[in-house]
Amino acid sequence: MKENAVLEMKHIHKSFPGVKALQNVDFTLCEGEIHALMGENGAGKSTLIKVLTGVYGKDQGEIFLKGSEKEVSIKSPQDAQNLGISTVYQEITLCPNLTVAENMFIGRSKGASVNWKMMNRKTEEILQSLDIPAKATQLLSSCSIAIQQMVAIARAVDEDCKVLILDEPTSSLDDQEVQKLFVLMKELRSKGVGIIFVTHFLEQVYEVCDKITVLRDGKLVGEYEIKDLPRVKLVAKMLGKDLDEKEDIRSGQPTFDAQGAAPVFEAEGLKSNAGIQPFNFYINKGEVNGFTGLLGSGRSESVRAIFGADHVLGGKVKMDGKEVKISKPLDAMKNGIAYLPEDRKADGIIGDLSVRENIILTSQVLKGFFHPYSKAESVKIAEEYIDLLDIKTASTETPIGSLSGGNQQKVILARCLLAHPEYLILDEPTRGIDIGTKMDIQKLVLKLASEGMSVTFISSETDEMLNTCSRLIVMRDRKVVGELHESELSQGSIMNAIAGGETE
Amino acid sequence: MGKTIAKKSDHVNALKSLIGNQIFIPIAALLLLVIFHLIMDPSFFAIKMGTNSAGNAVLSGYLITILDSGSELAILAIGMTLVTAASGGQDISVGATIAIAGSVILRVLCGTNSRPDSLQAPIIVAFLVACVAGMLCGAFNGILVAKFKIQPMVATLILFTAGRSIAAWINNNELPVISDKTFTYFGEYIPGIPIPTPFFIAMACVLVIALVLKFTNLRLYIQSVGINEGASKLNGLNPAFVKFLSFVILGLCVAVAGLIKVSRISTINYSVIAKDIEMDAILAVALGGNALGGGKFNMTASILGAYVIQCLTTTLYKFNVQSDALPAYKAVVVIALVVFSAPMVKEKAAELGKKIKKNKKAGEVA
Repeated sequence: MKENAVLEMKHIHKSFPGVKALQNVDFTLCEGEIHALMGENGAGKSTLIKVLTGVYGKDQGEIFLKGSEKEVSIKSPQDAQNLGISTVYQEITLCPNLTVAENMFIGRSKGASVNWKMMNRKTEEILQSLDIPAKATQLLSSCSIAIQQMVAIARAVDEDCKVLILDEPTSSLDDQEVQKLFVLMKELRSKGVGIIFVTHFLEQVYEVCDKITVLRDGKLVGEYEIKDLPRVKLVAKMLGKDLDEKEDIRSGQPTFDAQGAAPVFEAEGLKSNAGIQPFNFYINKGEVNGFTGLLGSGRSESVRAIFGADHVLGGKVKMDGKEVKISKPLDAMKNGIAYLPEDRKADGIIGDLSVRENIILTSQVLKGFFHPYSKAESVKIAEEYIDLLDIKTASTETPIGSLSGGNQQKVILARCLLAHPEYLILDEPTRGIDIGTKMDIQKLVLKLASEGMSVTFISSETDEMLNTCSRLIVMRDRKVVGELHESELSQGSIMNAIAGGETE
Repeated sequence: MGKTIAKKSDHVNALKSLIGNQIFIPIAALLLLVIFHLIMDPSFFAIKMGTNSAGNAVLSGYLITILDSGSELAILAIGMTLVTAASGGQDISVGATIAIAGSVILRVLCGTNSRPDSLQAPIIVAFLVACVAGMLCGAFNGILVAKFKIQPMVATLILFTAGRSIAAWINNNELPVISDKTFTYFGEYIPGIPIPTPFFIAMACVLVIALVLKFTNLRLYIQSVGINEGASKLNGLNPAFVKFLSFVILGLCVAVAGLIKVSRISTINYSVIAKDIEMDAILAVALGGNALGGGKFNMTASILGAYVIQCLTTTLYKFNVQSDALPAYKAVVVIALVVFSAPMVKEKAAELGKKIKKNKKAGEVA
């Protein structure tokens, strides 16, 4: 074992039915370093992490930890934890029906008795020291996703750990929260903890990491010092090809001319029970617009109100100039609106059903109870969309739950497209997805718009919004506070607007 | 040489996919029972032609008994599968609601007189009224579960407790007896046909549900709702209605089972009719390899599961097990089932399989 290494994984192999997820992968983590694990979706990052944390057993290979001469065997997450390996996963793995304090201490108390007072007090202390705005006695489900994620991190940090794994911890955090997390990570680094950081955000890698290990298609591409690997090269390594990073995906796409027709969708004083202020909104044919704002500013709630996903309390809605009533998702679907929800796991996928069934679901519901697609028909449709969106799946009958996050997202996107909507709402379609797929989705959005589809695109990454949207609706504190038109769109103006500067 | 190896691995793969398939569980259970009987007493499989008390030529034998008395269970398994898949819980009131449906049939057929000389209404009318009653019971359970979000077992506990009293109340606590012979056709034999009618009724129900599953989206809707309610809602489904619907369908199944039950004896015993059948119906769903927590389901496996349970019951009767002792034996099956389908055991089995394979390979090389 290398000197000052806390963890060494050698020749790791792991395969699933039909897929070789990891082939001969080596990974070394040193004391007091933040080590980025990079790769596209399906490159094997998550699998490697899960092997390390005992969620999956490895097929072959060895794992060494500092302080033990022999190879360690990690057969369960409990083993990993006992060995000082803590993890915070991309998808939150806490119990939403328990309080924050219970989540912090679950599975860690010794003996049968619980000292609630002390548990709550200690939790309160930890939350305070990390500046997390939650109460110890609050139910976890009542916290926002960002706060739930921070509680998960707080829990992992509080455990006395040598190796901390952060699997996409920042994908649901806003910039401020990310900065807080980075401060914390750096502090832990100075204490000698080795941190494995999995993320899709390149800027973040260059902000905090010391080393990068790149995986591609389940194989090791290499380990690099951060200073030796500029961004463009990193992307090239991840994709296995050169990619001009500053590609302007917009040029060359014809824009659709609405020619003064009535807006495809128009809302006046729309209000829902999700606590947003009544708002006005419209979108023209062939337009791409977006809601921007910090997390919790009400972007998602706004589109949910449009789609009827929350309980609509008031307001007028028009489609193509005609007044319609949208009180539940089915109404919206019938009026030609499709919606890709923000929380893929909870609101998007039907986990145990096949890719095929997941793709046809929306249009099947629209077709009606008595008109099912025949098996052959649905297989053909599914294959068509698997091809079109380049979904990586063993077959049309594979359960969607076993696909990687990005591919699950593509299936949901296929579901939306199959309904042939006039107006497509995409809430964070690129969350937790690799950079190549992100580009693909942005290009697809622009292509659809050029063919006359109207798209509302929401993303936490301003880059993506700038790439795709010609108009941004700015939200702050659950209120629409302004609008940015094409000529005023820039990183600076967006930052300014969502942060509360003058929007003019 | 190479060819034979390829062939062998084909066999192995086919075997693997069979074992991986859900329907393997009831088939394996059935095979175990068959092997047991082949060893103990092959005459178990004998089918004889005989005459019954009514003077009809009918088939008799243990197999016929299984097909006959397993009918109600198979019909209930259909509805129970749907309820389980959609709501992630079970209806424990089916036995009691069978009593209600049966009582309604007798009430309509007898009118005000509890021992009429002739039927006071056509049997089909009585049956349709029972269907409405069964569906109302299902709707009651369904509303509690879907609308008020009460756990299915708790919600159905109400009718489980009250059902038999309601059944008795429908007939003023009297025990009507039907003397009309045509009424027995549904629970016994139609003259000239040597196979018991309940079997045909069960097959008709199986056929109907097969057609419904083929020509509607019932399967997709129920599975979606059972797996992810939130996502189903965003795709335009109404989860509450889908759950409600599954309970109503079970109510319909209950009515059909109720008709068979009262037709068998031309009367009713409120406290005994269809006693403990809910446990068998749930067991059938479980034996079919369906997750009792809801989600995906396999209807064929459930129905097969129902007949396997009946086969077990009949086997136990054959070996003179007291009916009071039956549940104890069935409990053994439940234990075996639950343990074998536990993920931990499956994993261990897979590991063992790998080891055996490795050893074999090593042996071949040597």
